Amino acid sequence: MLEKTLTAFITVLAGVSAALALYWVLNKISELLPEKYEERLKPWFYILPAYLAIAIFVIYPAVQTFIYSFKTKVGFPAESWTGFDNYTTLLASDAFRQTLLNTFLWILFVPAAVVILGLLVALLADRLPTKGENAVKTLIFMPMAISMVGAATVWGLVYDYRPPGRPQVGLLNGIVAAFGGDPIAWLQQNAFHFNSFLLMVMLLWMNVGFAMVLLSAAVKGVPSETLEAARIDGADERQVYVRVVLPQIKGTIVTVFITVLIGVMKVFDIVFVMTNGNFNTNIIGNEFYLQFFNNNNQGAAAAIAVMLMLAVIPIMIYQVRNFRAEEAAR
Amino acid sequence: MTTSVVPPVAEAAQPPKGKPGQEGGATGGAGWFTYLALGFIVLLWVVPTIGIVLTSFRTRDDAAASGWWELFLKPSGFADMTFENYQKAIQGTNLGEGFINSLAIALPATFIPILVAAFAAYAFAFMKFPGRDVLFVVVVGMLVVPSFVSFVPMLRIYRDLGIGGTFPAVWLFHLGFGMSLAIFMIRNYMATLPMTIIESAKIDGASHFQTFFRLVLPMSVPVLASFAIFQFLWVWNDLLVALVFLGPGENAPMTVSISQLLGQQGQNQELVTASGMFSMLLPIIVFLSLQRFFVRGLTAGAVKG
Repeated sequence: MLEKTLTAFITVLAGVSAALALYWVLNKISELLPEKYEERLKPWFYILPAYLAIAIFVIYPAVQTFIYSFKTKVGFPAESWTGFDNYTTLLASDAFRQTLLNTFLWILFVPAAVVILGLLVALLADRLPTKGENAVKTLIFMPMAISMVGAATVWGLVYDYRPPGRPQVGLLNGIVAAFGGDPIAWLQQNAFHFNSFLLMVMLLWMNVGFAMVLLSAAVKGVPSETLEAARIDGADERQVYVRVVLPQIKGTIVTVFITVLIGVMKVFDIVFVMTNGNFNTNIIGNEFYLQFFNNNNQGAAAAIAVMLMLAVIPIMIYQVRNFRAEEAAR
Repeated sequence: MTTSVVPPVAEAAQPPKGKPGQEGGATGGAGWFTYLALGFIVLLWVVPTIGIVLTSFRTRDDAAASGWWELFLKPSGFADMTFENYQKAIQGTNLGEGFINSLAIALPATFIPILVAAFAAYAFAFMKFPGRDVLFVVVVGMLVVPSFVSFVPMLRIYRDLGIGGTFPAVWLFHLGFGMSLAIFMIRNYMATLPMTIIESAKIDGASHFQTFFRLVLPMSVPVLASFAIFQFLWVWNDLLVALVFLGPGENAPMTVSISQLLGQQGQNQELVTASGMFSMLLPIIVFLSLQRFFVRGLTAGAVKG
C-alpha cells in the first residue's frame, strides 16, 4: 500500500514536471531565435502541445476508427477490407436494431424530461425563501457530483429483487410487499421497454439538478418589469409563465437540452453496470463495449463509433455556428 | 456557446433584485402547493440516498434480513450499526488501493491539461497569428466528439508502445479529450481580462513567459479552479476510459472495482453500499465545499466528449 502510494505520488510529480519542462524548453528555444522570428513563432510554440494532444488522441484515432470500420479483425494477420459489411451486418441484426431503438428512446425521453423537471423545480424553488431555495437546490443537485457507478449502488438498492419468500431489501419491492404483492424483478420487465425507463430514471436523478441550476439562473435573469407589465395587462400566473418567462429563457432551455442530449448519446456506465444490456436494455455505448471486448470484433466496434460520430456532427455544426454568432456579437 | 450565456450559480443564489421586502422569487411567493410539490420531489431525490447510507452501516445479516426502512419501524436496529463494512470493503476488496489509483489517475489528468491549455489559451487571447480564429473553431468543434471514436486505435497504439495498462496511458487520453474544453473555458475567461494591463507589462519589458506566469495565470485562478474541479470529478467518476485502458487489476480505479463488485450478483449488499459510499465521499466533499466553481465548470463543460 505504501509503495503504491509512493509510486503514484512520484508518477504524479514526474508527469507535471515533464509538462512544465516542455514549456520551459520551448520558450528557451524561441528566445534563442532572432527577435523577428521569436515574436512570430512564439504563439505556435504556445499552442503546439495542446494541438499535438488533440491531433494524437482525438483526430488521428477518429480517422483510424473510420478506416477500421471498413475492415475485419483489425490488428490480426488476417486483417482485410470488407467494405460496408460491418455496417450492414450490424443493421441487419435484430438485436442491434433493438439497441438502436432503445438508444432512440433514451434520446427522446431523457433530455425532454430533464428540462421539464429541471424547469419545474427551478420555478417552484424560486418561490421559496432564499435559505429554503438553496437547501432544495443543493439536495437535487448533489447526484451530479457522483459517478454513475455510485448512482448504480444507490439505485441497485431501489430496484433490488429477491425470489418470493425471501425478505425483500429493495425499496420498490418493499413497497410491493407492504401491499401484499409478489416481488417483481424490475430490471427484467421489458414490456413497453419498462426496464429501460427504470434505467433512464437514474440518469434523470443525476441530471435534473444541472438543468435546474442553469434554468433557475435564467429565470432570475428575467426582468421583473416584464412580469409586472404582463400582470397589469391582466395576464394570470399561467399566462405570465408561458408567454413572458418561457420566451425569455428559451436560449438556456436549448443549451440544457443539447448538453443533456450529448450526454445521453454517450451513456455507457449505467447500462453496463445495471444490466450489461441484458433483458433488452442495451444501448449503443454498451454495445460498443460488448463488440470491442466481449466479441473482440474491432471492426463492428469501430462502425458503431462512426455511427455515433455521425449522429453528433449536426450538434457540432450547431455549436460552431452558435459560437460564431456570439463572437460576432461581442 | 454554453459558457457565455449562463451566469454562474452564485448569482442565482442571490435574492432577486428589485423586489425589496418580499420573500420568494420574481414570480411570486410560496403557497401550500409549492411546499407540497417540492417536498415530494425532494423526497424522491433523497430517499434512495438514505437507503444506501443506512445499509452501508448495517451488519451483513441485518442487510440481508430486512429492508433498510425497517430500521425506522424498529429503531433498536440502529444500535447494531457498524463500520465493519467499510473496513471489509477497503481491505478485503482492495478499495483502499482503488482509492490511491483513482487519485493517481485523476490528479495528473487534471493538472497536466490545465498547464497545456493555459498556454494555448494565452496565445489565443493575447497573441496575433495567422489562422488563430480557425484553430479556435476547431477547439469548439472538438468539444462534442465522443471518446468512443478513439478507443479502438488508441488501445492498439498503446499496446505497440508498451504502455497499455499504465497510468500515463490514461492521463494522456484524458489530456487529449480534456484539452478542447480546457482551452475553450480558459480562453473565454482570459479574453475578458483588461488588455491594458497586459500591454503595460509589455511596455515595461516583460516577456510573454513572464506576463503569463506572473500576471495572467494568477488573474485566471477562478477559471482554472472551475476547470480543475470539473475535470477532477469527470476523471474520478469515469468508468469507460479506465475500463478500456486499465481494466480490472492492480491499477484499476474505484469505479472499475465497484463495477466488478456490482457484477457479482449476490448477497453482498452491505459491501456494495459501503464501497459506493466510500467512492462518493471525495466528490461530495469537493462538491459541497466548492459548489460555486463546480457549477461554473459544469455549465461550460457538460458538453464534453
